[in-house]
Amino acid sequence: MKWLSIILVGIFAAFLFYAEVDMPAYGDPEAPGSVHVSPEYIERTYEDTHTPNIVTSVLADYRGFDTLGETTVIFTAGLACYLLLGGWKRHDM
Amino acid sequence: MICRFNSLIVNIGCRIIVPFIFIYGLYVIVFGHYSAGGGFQGGIILAAGVILMRLCVDRKTTYKKYPPRMGLILGAIGVIIYASTGIVTMLAGGNYLDYAFLPIQGMDIPDRRYYGILIVELGVALGVFGVMTSIFDSLTKEK
Repeated sequence: MKWLSIILVGIFAAFLFYAEVDMPAYGDPEAPGSVHVSPEYIERTYEDTHTPNIVTSVLADYRGFDTLGETTVIFTAGLACYLLLGGWKRHDM
Repeated sequence: MICRFNSLIVNIGCRIIVPFIFIYGLYVIVFGHYSAGGGFQGGIILAAGVILMRLCVDRKTTYKKYPPRMGLILGAIGVIIYASTGIVTMLAGGNYLDYAFLPIQGMDIPDRRYYGILIVELGVALGVFGVMTSIFDSLTKEK
């Protein structure tokens, strides 16, 4: 059973290395991920939002709904800690 | 005595460092448009200031200055600021979170989006600050 799992992991590793050959090089400007919307963001960030930092404008403006989800996730984590570890009574304060 | 430890270095060091941590956190939040920074990082730095005060100053004093139940309230206010910004833009006729429709008079569209980003970052910072302090207070609660 142990050898079976090792062989399975080896086969999947071989598949991964085989597929990795087709990936674009790291930082390739012609990669499919870099030619879809990224040039629009880089070219039009300043005239759209007057914000020199592209990261901020993508985070809060172009992908604002995503950031709303992240904030909700953080708030949910805080709520879960509060509910699991016990609430605050009035005499604690 | 409001000091938790009988150590001069801890007390004076905390007293000197905490205001600068708060100032730096606010700086990181509002300077996110021009440099690395923004709501998440600035909120964490502000929460670090409160946590340092919780560690160095007597429990009763810090709980009076910043009550533990305040954390989740501030976090909820932050999320509500963010979500209501989207609702305001929707009521003004645009899409959800489309800051070009923010009802600010006498401003062209890029400036509206600039201030929309600022409002949203403030909401994120408030949420992260409140939630981090709330998690710390939940973990260190006395039985």
